[in-house]
Amino acid sequence: MSAPLFRTIGLEKTFGGVVAAKDISIDVMSGERIAIIGSNGAGKTTFVNMVTGYLTPSAGQILFDGHDITGLDPRQTAQAGIRRSFQIAQVFAEMTVLENMLIALIAGQDGRPSARAAITPERIDIARSALDRFGLSVIADTPAGTLPQGTRKQLDIAMAAVGDPRLVLLDEPTSGVSADEKMAMMDTAIAPLDASGATILFIEHDMDVVRRYADRVIAFYEGTVLADGNVAVVLEDEKVRKYVIGDSHA
Amino acid sequence: MMPTLDFRRDHLFVAVLALLVIVGFFLPSWMRFLIQTAMASGLVALGVMLQMRAGLVSFGQGLFFCIGGYAVGLLAAKAGITDVALLLPAAALAALVIGLVLGLLLSRYREIFYAMLTLAVSMILYGLLVKAASLGSTDGFNIPAVSYFGFVPDQAARPDWSYALTGVVVLAGCLGALAYLRSGAGAMLDAVRENEIRLSYLGTSPRVLVFVVYAVAAVLSGLGGGLWAISSGHVDPEMTYWTTSGQFVFVALLAGRGSVVAPVMAYFLLELLRTYALDIAPNAWQLILGSAMLAVIVLLPRGLWSLVARART
Ligand SMILES: Nc1ncnc2c1ncn2[C@@H]1O[C@H](COP(=O)(O)OP(=O)(O)O)[C@@H](O)[C@H]1O
Ligand SMILES: [Mg+2]
Repeated sequence: MSAPLFRTIGLEKTFGGVVAAKDISIDVMSGERIAIIGSNGAGKTTFVNMVTGYLTPSAGQILFDGHDITGLDPRQTAQAGIRRSFQIAQVFAEMTVLENMLIALIAGQDGRPSARAAITPERIDIARSALDRFGLSVIADTPAGTLPQGTRKQLDIAMAAVGDPRLVLLDEPTSGVSADEKMAMMDTAIAPLDASGATILFIEHDMDVVRRYADRVIAFYEGTVLADGNVAVVLEDEKVRKYVIGDSHA
Repeated sequence: MMPTLDFRRDHLFVAVLALLVIVGFFLPSWMRFLIQTAMASGLVALGVMLQMRAGLVSFGQGLFFCIGGYAVGLLAAKAGITDVALLLPAAALAALVIGLVLGLLLSRYREIFYAMLTLAVSMILYGLLVKAASLGSTDGFNIPAVSYFGFVPDQAARPDWSYALTGVVVLAGCLGALAYLRSGAGAMLDAVRENEIRLSYLGTSPRVLVFVVYAVAAVLSGLGGGLWAISSGHVDPEMTYWTTSGQFVFVALLAGRGSVVAPVMAYFLLELLRTYALDIAPNAWQLILGSAMLAVIVLLPRGLWSLVARART
């Protein structure tokens, strides 16, 4: 029997009086592909922020690969092998797409001052082939700030994938992308992550995308986990249909 | 491609600077002295420029210029140590130690808080030096002639030696800054300016990067101050006064962030402009300076170096 790669125990976060997350206990096995659903304000981003160390939980514990990582900062969780992309793409706007990838490579490996040049032909090759995998090669020399939102999100995900992290959290990878582009976007983002063996949690509002790409769903509602399990079961759950998916889908 | 991070060809520009330094050796002595002090001060402006790459404006870089200058001055005038082989390392070391200590505090701050804190610390030193009667208060003090690895040049040859020393150390400083910018810690400075949160999430601490750039800039500025003290044979608290620091910022802005030689060359241009402007229109100097700054900011937001960079591509 294998231990979970990642687990949270009774995770809680309050902002002043607002309870943004409460009693979140989740076990994630290595290789799972999990969709997190929930209406706006349900606490999905807060959960990702706690797991990655941007927010310190008010209570509870986070374990990764058997180690307690509660209270680590984003740099430390990144070094431990947890990476994320953002609801609003976070890229280095003044740099080219290739430079963004180079920074991602250097930041993961070469943070200390040294006499060695950081941008080597080998690193450029690695960055280019990473861009290739995410279908971004053709825009390698375009400044990231000039890209449309969808492409910027793809770059954000490609940067999160640098260094083959074991757990990748994608915060609404398809929001801000037109409906007919969502599937193509997920295809290009998920395939290389899968190939690297990463465990994936993605936040998603489109149930068609969830059905197609997730093998497990966790539904958030008002900071708590409303349902957690098999995709078909959770999406048919009465409470999930009522509180999360809404009547328009019924 | 790679307009911001590509320093692979900057060695070429350091070589050009080296040639100019050699040419300068044969220029009239007033002009050569201008180049010499501009190079020493340019090293400080280079320190300001490195911090600007991280989006941070040090309005108190005169602090380290002054520390380097006074380290040399105190050792030479008060402790009888007059060889450059000890004086310059002492200037760099004094600046480094203070830089590391202050860096622990300053690396937490950004934007206007960083600018104001650097300014505040430099003005504290100014206040202390002005109060120190034994160090000549606002007048400062003179520094005896120095020796070069045991060799004492005669009076007539001294300017040649101090010019050569300044040229060599400034070129070495530029090469050091270049190696730093090409290293991981230097390459990520732009990322600190643009998006610290993204950078942390990629596994690097922006705070450590800021700490390092502050210390690197401190060493360069300390060396610049030491060279300036040796060149002019005099130090005074004006070295850490806010107008001096402001001039380093001015030059770094004028120069742009595109090359390690840009601040050194821009400092020389500024000194040249000042010399001629004072000659031609003694009362309009500030006006000319202000107009030049305005023109550069409006027309060349990436500084004078963008003209060179544009010609390259
Ligand atoms: N930094 C914060 N300060 C105060 N309240 C916050 C903060 N971040 C999130 N919240 C609140 O926590 C709740 C959950 O937010 P969030 O996690 O962003 O939701 P989701 O990502 O599911 O849309 C919301 O009520 C939100 O207003
Ligand atoms: Mg959210």
